Amino acid sequence: MTLIVRFVLLWALLIGGATLAQAQERSSLLPNVPKATGEPHPEGNEYWRKNHPDLLRHDRNLTVRDGNREIGASLKSCFECHTTTDDQGTVLTSASPDHFCSACHQYVAVKIDCFVCHRSTPDGVDEYEAQAALLPPTSLNDADVEGIVAYLKQGDPVADPPAISKPAEVGQ
Amino acid sequence: MKMPKLNGAEISRRDFLRSGSAVATLTLAPGVTLMAFGGSDAAAGTADAGKRWGLLIDANKCDKDCSACVTACSTENGWKDNGRPETDAQWIRKITLKNTETGRETTMPMMCQHCEEPPCVDVCPTGASFKRVDGIVLVDKHTCIGCRYCMMACPFKARSFVHEPVINQKSDAPRGQGTVESCTLCVHRVDKGGTPACVEACADAGFEAIIFGDLKDPESEISKRLATYSSAALRPDLDLNPGVRYTNL
Amino acid sequence: MERTIYREIKATRRVWELAVVLLAFIGGMLASFFYVEHYGHIVTGMTNQIVWGLPHVFAIFLIVAASGALNVASIASVFDQKVYKPMARMSALLAMSLLIGGLAILVLDLGRADRILIAATTYNFSSIFAWNLILYTGFLGIAGAYLFVQMSNGIPYAVVRKVGLLAFVWRLALTTGTGSIFGWLVARPGYDAAIMAPLFIAMSFAFGLAIFILVTVTLCRLSGRVFGEKLIHRMGRLLAVFVAAVLYFTAVRHLTNLYTAEHAGFERFALLDGGIYTTLFWVGQVLIGGLIPLMVIFHPSFGKTFKAPLVASVLVVIGGFAQVYVIVVGGQAYPMELFPGYEFSSSFGDGAVATYSPSLPELALGLGGVAIALFAAGFGTKILRILPTSLSDANVGQD
Repeated sequence: MTLIVRFVLLWALLIGGATLAQAQERSSLLPNVPKATGEPHPEGNEYWRKNHPDLLRHDRNLTVRDGNREIGASLKSCFECHTTTDDQGTVLTSASPDHFCSACHQYVAVKIDCFVCHRSTPDGVDEYEAQAALLPPTSLNDADVEGIVAYLKQGDPVADPPAISKPAEVGQ
Repeated sequence: MKMPKLNGAEISRRDFLRSGSAVATLTLAPGVTLMAFGGSDAAAGTADAGKRWGLLIDANKCDKDCSACVTACSTENGWKDNGRPETDAQWIRKITLKNTETGRETTMPMMCQHCEEPPCVDVCPTGASFKRVDGIVLVDKHTCIGCRYCMMACPFKARSFVHEPVINQKSDAPRGQGTVESCTLCVHRVDKGGTPACVEACADAGFEAIIFGDLKDPESEISKRLATYSSAALRPDLDLNPGVRYTNL
Repeated sequence: MERTIYREIKATRRVWELAVVLLAFIGGMLASFFYVEHYGHIVTGMTNQIVWGLPHVFAIFLIVAASGALNVASIASVFDQKVYKPMARMSALLAMSLLIGGLAILVLDLGRADRILIAATTYNFSSIFAWNLILYTGFLGIAGAYLFVQMSNGIPYAVVRKVGLLAFVWRLALTTGTGSIFGWLVARPGYDAAIMAPLFIAMSFAFGLAIFILVTVTLCRLSGRVFGEKLIHRMGRLLAVFVAAVLYFTAVRHLTNLYTAEHAGFERFALLDGGIYTTLFWVGQVLIGGLIPLMVIFHPSFGKTFKAPLVASVLVVIGGFAQVYVIVVGGQAYPMELFPGYEFSSSFGDGAVATYSPSLPELALGLGGVAIALFAAGFGTKILRILPTSLSDANVGQD
C-alpha cells in the first residue's frame, strides 16, 4: 500500500516537474498559436476558434457536392494566411507540433484526419522536404539529407517504412 | 459580439460570406442582400443542372506512343506511379485494342465514364460515391469508408483504392490512404470554366483526340460531332449512358 | 424421456486452454488491423484488381454460416421437430457469434475503419450493402430476442414459435441480401445472376449446420456431456440434403451460364483453365465439400460410426471455404469484357486474369474473426444456460 502511495507521489512529482519546466520555457501553459499573415477575420478570432469545425464541414459539402467554390472556409484558403514556418524559414507540415493546426489540436488531444487527404501547406511547398527538415538535428551532412529526401520521394513503405510516412500521426 | 449557436443549422448562409475575397455585398434593405462575385459566371455559380459534361474520344487521332493525357492527369491531380502497377492509382490509362478478326490495333485513354446511371453510386453504402447535377461522378472522401464495393461494381475498372499513405497532394485534388478515387473530370477546373487537364494536354501534343463539352447543349462542339459521326458508349448492354463516348474504335 | 436441463459449461483446464488460444488469434487480428491501418492496404495481397480478398472470404463464409446456424432452432420451433428443441438455444447463440465474427472482419478491413460511425449513420438506400447493414443488425437483435424468449420462464411456447418464425424469415432475407451483394453486380461476368441468392441460401444451410455440429459436439466433449449417436446421424443426413442442394444450385448456375454464349468465356475460366480457381472448384468445392461428404455420410460401414458426420462436417467447412474463395476472388480475377470482340490490354491489367497472393495480415484478420465467433459461442455457453446437460438419444427422444 505504502509502495503504491510512494509511487503515485513520485509520478506526480515527475509530471509536475516536467510541466513546470515546460511552462518556464514557453512562459504559458496555453498552446502557442502561430501568428498569421494577411487581414484578420472580420468575424474575429474567437468566432473562428469556436466555429471553424462547423464552418469547414459546412463549406466542404458546398464545394464537393454542389461545386460551389466561392466559399468562406476551405483548408486551401486557411493556408493563404496560416502557414507556419520554423526559425530557418522551412514551412511546417501538420506533422510538426508547431504547425498552425497541430499547435492547438495536439494541445487539446483532438485528432483530426483532414491531412490524411489534404495537404497541410500551400501549393508549391515540397512536403517531403518539409517533413525531412523535421527530423531532429543530427551530424548528417547535406548529402545525407538529400539521400533521405530522395529515398522518401521514391518511398517504399513496405520494405522499410520511413518514420514520417503518415503525416497525421507523427508527433502525437 | 453575439455568437451563433454551434449547432450547424443555426449558422446561417450569411456567416459564410468569405472574408477578404472578391465578394462585394450591398445591403438594400434588411434581409435583401446583393452579392457580386469577382470573375466569370462559371466561377461564381454552383454545378449547373442544365449541363451535362462529357468527353468524346477519337481513337483514330489517339497516337499509339503518346501518353500526354496520362502524364497531365497525374501532374494535375498528384497521383503517381510508385512502380507498383497492381496497387498504384490510375485515374486514366491507355488501353490497346486489337480486333481479333482483322488484327487492327488502336489505342485510347480510359477513365471514369461519368455514367448517367452509375453503378458505383447505386452500391455505395454511405452515399460517398455520388453524381453531381452536371453529371460528374465523384467520391466524397469525407464519407468514404473504404469498403471498395464501388470498385466491384464499376464495369470499367475506373476506380483506384489508395493503398499507401500520401503526402504532398495538390490543394485541388485531395487524396488519401484508405479511400477510393477516380477521374474527377478535373472538376476544380470545370467549376472555374476550364477544361480537364487530359483534354488540354492532348491538344497541346497536337492530336486533339479528346474533346470536352456540354452534352446537353446542341450547339457545343461535342454535341455537333456526336450528331454528325457515329460513336459508341462502352458496355452499351448495361445501359449506363456514360458521359464519355468513343469514335473510330 | 427426461426433462431437458440446461447448464453452463464448467471452466476446466481444457476450456481455459482453448480460450487462451482463441484470444491469441483475436490478438493477432488486432495486430493485423493496426499494421494495415498504419501502412495501408499495400501490405496486404489485395490490389486494385482483386479489391476483396481473403478477409472477405472469411467474412462472407462466417456471415453465410451464421444464418445457417440458426436453422437448428428454426427446425425445432418453426417446423416443430422435437429432437432439435434442446439445441435451439445453442443454435441462436452460435448464429449471433458467427455473425459478429464475420462483421468484425469486414469492419476491420475497411480502408477507413475509424469512420464506422459514418457507415452506421449515413445510408444510401439504393445500396444492397447498406440494406445488409440493417439486415445484420436486425438479425443480431432478433436472434437475441429469440434466445431470450427461449430462456425466459413463463413465456408461452406460442410466443417462442412466433419469434422463431420471424427469425427464420429474417435469416432468409439476410442470406438473400448477402448473395445479392454479388448477384447484383451486373458488370462482372462471374457474378450477375439472380441464382446467387438461392445458392447462398443453400450454402448457408450446409455451412451453418456443419459448423453447428462441430461446435456443439466439441462443447459437449469439453464439458463431458453426451451427444446421442442417433441424433448425430440424423443431423448428418440433414447435412447431406443441404450439401446436395448446394451442388444442385451450383450445377444450375453453371449450366445457365454455359447456355448463354456471352458467359462462355467465364465458364471456360471457372471450369476448365482458371488454374487455382478451377482446382478449388472441382477439388475443393465439388469433391471435398460435396461428393466426399455425401459418400462419408451414406457409407454402409463408416457412415454408421459417430465419426462419420463429424468428418463430413469438417469436409463441408473446407469445401465451403473453397467455394466462397472461388466466388469472391475468382469472380474478380476474371477480366471484365470492356470491348466484346476485341483483345485489349493496358497498364491496369485490363483483359488479363488478375493474380492474387494472400498475405499474412489478411490471414490473421480472417482467422481472428473465426476466433471471435468461436470464443463468443464458448463464452456464451460458459455464462448462460445454453447447452443441455445431456443430448443423449434417450433425452432428446425420436419423432
